[in-house]
Amino acid sequence: MIDRLEALESEALVRVAEAVDLSGLEAVRVHFLGRKGELTLCLRDMGRLSPEARPAVGQAANRVKAAVEAALGAREAALASAGAEARFAAEAVDVTRPGRRAHRGGLHPLTLVVREILDIFVRLGYSVVEGPEVEGEYYNFEALNIPADHPARDMQDTFYVAPGVVLRTHTSPVQVRVMEAQRPPVKMVAPGKVYRCDSDITHSPMFHQVEGLLVDQGVTFADLKGTLVEFLRLYYGPDTGVRFRPSYFPFTEPSAEVDIRCVMCGGAGCRTCGGTGWLEILGCGMVDPAVYGFVGYDPEAVQGFAFGLGVERIAMLKYGIDDIRLFYENDVRFLSHFA
Amino acid sequence: MLVSLNWLKDYVDVALGAEELAHGLTMAGLEVSRVERVGEGLGDVVVAQLLERGQHPNADRLSRCRVTDGSETYDIVCGATNMAAGDRVALARVGAVLPGGFKIQKAKIRGQASFGMMCSERELGLSQEHEGILILPPDLPLGQPVAEALGYPDALLEVEITPNRADCLSVVGVAREVAALTGGELRVPRPRVPDAGPAVAAETSVEILAPDLCHRYAARVIRGVTIGPSPAWLRRRLLAAGVRSINNVVDVTNYVLLELGHPLHAFDLNRLAGGRIVVQRATDGEVFTTLDGQERRLGRDTLVICDAERPVAVAGVMGGLNSEVGADTVDLLLESAYFLPEGIRRTSRALGLRTEASYRFERGTDVEGLIRALDRAAELIASLAGGTVAAGIWDAYPTPHPKRRVGLRTAAIHRVLGVEVGADEAGARLTALGMTVRARTREALEVEIPTHRVDVEREIDLIEEVARLGGYDAIPATLPGAAVGSSPLPAAVVRGDAARDALVSSGLYEAVTLSFGDPRDDQRLGGGAADAPKVVVENPLSRELGILRTSLLPGLLRVAGLNVRRQAGDVRLFEVGRTFHPVAGQPLPREVQRAAAVLIGSRVPLGPWAKAEPVDFFDAKGVLVDALARLGVRDVAFEPTADLPWLHPGRGARVRAGNRDLGWLGQVRGERAEAFELELPAVAFELDLEAVGAGATGPAPWRALPRYPAVERDLALVVERAVPVQAVLDAVAAVGSPLVRSVVLFDAFEGGRIPAGQVSLAFRVTLRSDERTLTEGDIAQVESDLLACIGERTGARLRDS
Repeated sequence: MIDRLEALESEALVRVAEAVDLSGLEAVRVHFLGRKGELTLCLRDMGRLSPEARPAVGQAANRVKAAVEAALGAREAALASAGAEARFAAEAVDVTRPGRRAHRGGLHPLTLVVREILDIFVRLGYSVVEGPEVEGEYYNFEALNIPADHPARDMQDTFYVAPGVVLRTHTSPVQVRVMEAQRPPVKMVAPGKVYRCDSDITHSPMFHQVEGLLVDQGVTFADLKGTLVEFLRLYYGPDTGVRFRPSYFPFTEPSAEVDIRCVMCGGAGCRTCGGTGWLEILGCGMVDPAVYGFVGYDPEAVQGFAFGLGVERIAMLKYGIDDIRLFYENDVRFLSHFA
Repeated sequence: MLVSLNWLKDYVDVALGAEELAHGLTMAGLEVSRVERVGEGLGDVVVAQLLERGQHPNADRLSRCRVTDGSETYDIVCGATNMAAGDRVALARVGAVLPGGFKIQKAKIRGQASFGMMCSERELGLSQEHEGILILPPDLPLGQPVAEALGYPDALLEVEITPNRADCLSVVGVAREVAALTGGELRVPRPRVPDAGPAVAAETSVEILAPDLCHRYAARVIRGVTIGPSPAWLRRRLLAAGVRSINNVVDVTNYVLLELGHPLHAFDLNRLAGGRIVVQRATDGEVFTTLDGQERRLGRDTLVICDAERPVAVAGVMGGLNSEVGADTVDLLLESAYFLPEGIRRTSRALGLRTEASYRFERGTDVEGLIRALDRAAELIASLAGGTVAAGIWDAYPTPHPKRRVGLRTAAIHRVLGVEVGADEAGARLTALGMTVRARTREALEVEIPTHRVDVEREIDLIEEVARLGGYDAIPATLPGAAVGSSPLPAAVVRGDAARDALVSSGLYEAVTLSFGDPRDDQRLGGGAADAPKVVVENPLSRELGILRTSLLPGLLRVAGLNVRRQAGDVRLFEVGRTFHPVAGQPLPREVQRAAAVLIGSRVPLGPWAKAEPVDFFDAKGVLVDALARLGVRDVAFEPTADLPWLHPGRGARVRAGNRDLGWLGQVRGERAEAFELELPAVAFELDLEAVGAGATGPAPWRALPRYPAVERDLALVVERAVPVQAVLDAVAAVGSPLVRSVVLFDAFEGGRIPAGQVSLAFRVTLRSDERTLTEGDIAQVESDLLACIGERTGARLRDS
């Protein structure tokens, strides 16, 4: 009996080892351990043994059964793991194929720069205002202390659309409109398109400015310097060199041009800065008392400053663009560079 | 303006180098944009004379010259042809090194030995002139270094003079600034006129009939001059400033203009009828020939200088051909006058004629300094052209300008600049600028303004001068303490940004095109409904930029075409900007904020995942609907339209919200796109963002997340092709069941088992109750209600599956 049990064990272990998949293994299990399996039947025959022989045979039978079950379990685990691996191998993808993408889009670099500028001034407490692009000469010139027949009109070549009506040559008329509509204090920035009859590699007949104006009691030229230094360091970095030098605008006095240390060469002198180490970045000044006369403010009671930023110039310096026409050509390869 | 450093040093000592001086001027408001060094490294080049010029035996284009430097004679082969025996030339002998580093060596050129080179201006680094060799003035001594003879080396400063600083439009004017900045002494020329002739009143007379336009007219008479070439030093200085030499008399007037900044004019006295001057307005329509040979029609506002009979000059702008100084001129009348700046500017603009003189007069000249300029010119002419100067000046100055005095309070300086400057310090700065402090207390100054400072009239002008001379660097940088409440962003800014962000997230790039349009664009779009009244630019840069746009579409189509021609791939562009619409009776047009988009090419980027199908109407519609949702417009209606001529008549729609027209959407007709040089099919839309803003309802109120499960039912319907999907949706809405939460079309096809002329539409209906879980009975009820209503309204029936 014990011999038979051991023969069954050997046979079972061989067939377990030979099973190639889970269903084959199940057949082996049924063959030996099923209700009518070889081992089961063999154990059932134990009843016919003498009581003396039973303990030894019983012990052997339990050992054989445990051994077969253990072999079955081990083989099952091995086969299951091999199956999963095979499935994974079959399901593998080529990770170097391109991802599934939608079309990309992006904002125009001029929009990006205007937003950056406005963000800074809004944080400094300025309100954003807009004005018309087609303007009366009164707002574009006269009320800004630029009378007819004044040579300062030469500073800006003007497009006319009707007698007394122009395409605004700067965003400064918004200053006048805001001061007309509101008593001091005034603290505003005005972004927008402006127009001048000029077209070449550095001039476009349409371009963008951001105007700024602060009028209140006790505002000084020192405040103007502080404000613009703050802006330029927020925009170009905390170590940006800034200088103010006297200039002339009819609607500010004293007036200044503001230069920053050349962003290309750091001040050593290069083609971009014409060897000077400085880049002209904006114009500004204290609001001329004559302008207050046009809007009914008392120049003895309030002072203020105004400034004007050229958006294209700032964008060109920021991105190293050397031809202003690229902004208006809108080549998609140019636009996608900034997305 | 070009200023020669050597010339400048005639009037003020300059210890600074050219670069430092340029920096100092720039930081004082006279921006020096460029410093050009000329005539450096010319030490080896000398003045020589060409003795003989003969043909090179072996080369047609070369000549064999004999040249002397006064001590030795050299054989030189030369390729230039502009010289003749006797000419003074610039000779670089063997061993000389030219400014570019080129070393002259003994050479054999086509078999002929050459012992040096005769140089052109470019070879000497003096200018770009290389047409021939430099011919020097005949009065230069042989053997003298050319640099010394011509006043080199020198530095030319390109100074940008702002329109307010008319007083700096001269070498002396810049010298005055330099003196003020450096503490140096200004040496203004003090002319000594040898006016030993008969009294000027015996020679001429001046009458001002338009004293409003001509405040002062001073004249001198010089008889017996000899017209001839100017001496070398004078020609050099004119050349350095970019002025052509004409003859000694005309050159002197130009020289004095450059030196002192006051324009002068010399008349041939014998060509002045009656030998006298009358200053008056022109007769309307009068034709006059100016020095440049142009016939000009004068107006009533034009101030002219006349003799006894006729105009002889357009005052302050240009002289006349009829009284021009020429080779045969013997007697002169010299004019030095003050003309009203506005008048000169009007005349100059009306005639389209800008001159050095008009440029200065319209910025304001020195009404007192004009006498010095007149005397300076008389002195120079007498010394260079000979003649006898009549005694005295005819000085017509009917109403002398009052002396200008301006008060300055130290409190005002502090208030404007934010920095304290005491009365003493302020006074010292102003004095350095040539102003005179007439009275002074601790708090205030009374300052007399010199007549050349036409820009200083008010206290603020003095404050600016105090700040400028102290240097802006001396003013601290502070932040304003003012507490000002700020306002919300303007609606248009918010709207524009929302539209931009939405369109970018739909995969479009933002374009910025010019606001100008071509007047023919409406015709290109098909005329008819495309014709809109335009704002016309009176002085456009070109015909193509002749109007202001009334639609963003033409600009986008052009940009798209350009991109397609440049093979940029799929083109998906939008623009947010204004269009311009004239309003009857209003001076300013209406400016409307709009957004437009154009889509061309493949729906998805090229890749293995989806078939590369071209974009169509529904791609544009999807982008549009997403953008509108972002802008707060949810109930949008699309009405088919065939009357927008730039759209495919079967693939165009008007976009509406309520009874508000928001814009249009559709496929652009091929021939319309081609009119803008776009050769590929395009879909596009344009929205009036102001209408969109008015139609926006803002965010819907939040409702709690559903607590009960939803049930989805698919309805596969077959309807006539003519039945729009909207009719089915309207029918669903008409049922009004609160359980219907959404209806989505998820499939549409025709052909196959669907009868011709009909289309299969599959909708997924989502049903849900807020109070309970739906029963089979609820669902069956709604389904049958929907089918009944849809069937009744559209004739739809369930598709046999």
